[in-house]
Amino acid sequence: MTRQTSRPRLPSQARREGREGTRPPEAGPGEVEIALTVNGTRRTVRVEPRVSLLDALRERLGVTGPKKGCDQGACGACTVLVEGRRVLGCLTLAITCEGRPVTTVEGLADGDRLHPVQEAFIANDAFQCGYCTPGQLMSAVALLEEGRAGDDAEIAEWMSGNICRCAAYPNIRAAVRQVRDARAEGEGGR
Amino acid sequence: MRPFSYTRVSDPATAVEEVASDPDSAFLAGGTTEVDLIRIGVARPRRVVDINALPVSRIEEAPDGGVRLGGLARMSDVAAHPVVRERYPVLARALESGASPQLRNMATMGGNMMQRVRCSYFRDGDAACNKRAPGSGCAAIGGVNRGHAVLGTSEHCIAVHPSDAAVALTALEAVVRLRGPDGERSVPVGDFFLPPGDTPEREHPVEHGELITAIDVPPVPAARTSVYLKVRDRESYEFALASAAVVLRVQDGAVAEARIGLGGVATTPWRAHRAEEALVGAPAEGASYELAAVREMREAVPRSMNAYKVELAERTMVRALRTAAARAEGVG
Repeated sequence: MTRQTSRPRLPSQARREGREGTRPPEAGPGEVEIALTVNGTRRTVRVEPRVSLLDALRERLGVTGPKKGCDQGACGACTVLVEGRRVLGCLTLAITCEGRPVTTVEGLADGDRLHPVQEAFIANDAFQCGYCTPGQLMSAVALLEEGRAGDDAEIAEWMSGNICRCAAYPNIRAAVRQVRDARAEGEGGR
Repeated sequence: MRPFSYTRVSDPATAVEEVASDPDSAFLAGGTTEVDLIRIGVARPRRVVDINALPVSRIEEAPDGGVRLGGLARMSDVAAHPVVRERYPVLARALESGASPQLRNMATMGGNMMQRVRCSYFRDGDAACNKRAPGSGCAAIGGVNRGHAVLGTSEHCIAVHPSDAAVALTALEAVVRLRGPDGERSVPVGDFFLPPGDTPEREHPVEHGELITAIDVPPVPAARTSVYLKVRDRESYEFALASAAVVLRVQDGAVAEARIGLGGVATTPWRAHRAEEALVGAPAEGASYELAAVREMREAVPRSMNAYKVELAERTMVRALRTAAARAEGVG
């Protein structure tokens, strides 16, 4: 994916005029139009600089997969991928994500075909209420890419940023194991 | 959440200029502390200056056998770096035992050094807190202080320093490189964290607008068998109640070199000098470790709810020393 380097379109000018003309522009504190690439689609949205990526997705773009649990970086329900890395949407400012592709749980499936991690969550009953599940899925997808699914202890440690109030942890680990083993088998069969 | 404005910069000189020239501007790196504190009203910048595009995120081997960690290097990338893992397992382990994978993907090394305390009275905008509102008092001293510090405290603040990585960097005697309006300078980690004393609001000898461009970790051959041990209420994703970073070299059955950092028990990443002095030359055995640990904690000042931390820190130190000695002998 190409990395967009253009600056946000800034309605406000640098505060202190009259200084050297090369100062970088200042956006906000009012709304600014920014462009986000979410699940492969480029979308423009007007947000204040203080708006989190989570709120921009949920409240402005209608992408409600990422959930707001604690809004302070403690629960992991808002986990999304930015440039392929799992991060917390609640502690990320939307304006910092210009030109950095964002993937949410909505971007995992291929049309009607669920992602293997989603299939495994269903097969292993890896949730009860489901509120944390979008974040769990994003972390599980990332964890498998990171190669941190060696054994149950490792899975538990590297999934620890995703809290499940229903305590579906054993089944979440089972789902991760299943995908891990299926992938290993696939590779072995080459 | 208070509104603020936003400026993106792409070179260190501009970043420093933009923040140094405006007392109400703040750097924004990973945001894991800054965005959180702005949201709860404890940090109140007029504007954030986004420094994530600055070219100071590399992790480089230094010619002298050390490593240079860019100020914007992410915790996860530093922890995963093969050179860091081989030469400084204490640092890799400390990093991986902090926060969560998501937070470590976001948080930077420079930000880790500048992170604020997790004291609930600091985070609660109404409570007395000399760190947040100088002169208002310290609600923790007579309050819920189970998690607070027993070393390096003052009558004005007992908040514990939350970093794991900085504890390892203290034992490794790393050096923080700063860039400010007047140029560059270096501050040894041992001088980088200020005990609260009479001015708990001042946590670092860093001027407004000074930027952490790198952290230099010097060559420490004995660190290849170094250990980081963290004890906490939960097995994962929790701050330390006590932690120990240990670099130990054993020669002919005696301790030849010892460097110990303590976390979770002090107001700064704590260098256990007294324990180190007791260890060097002593037999590399449990009795020496216990004596050294007791000696370090002798000056602890427990409060109503955290007296347990004295013994916990001693035991954490002893166990980390035993583990480090076993590793060192395994290599030797």
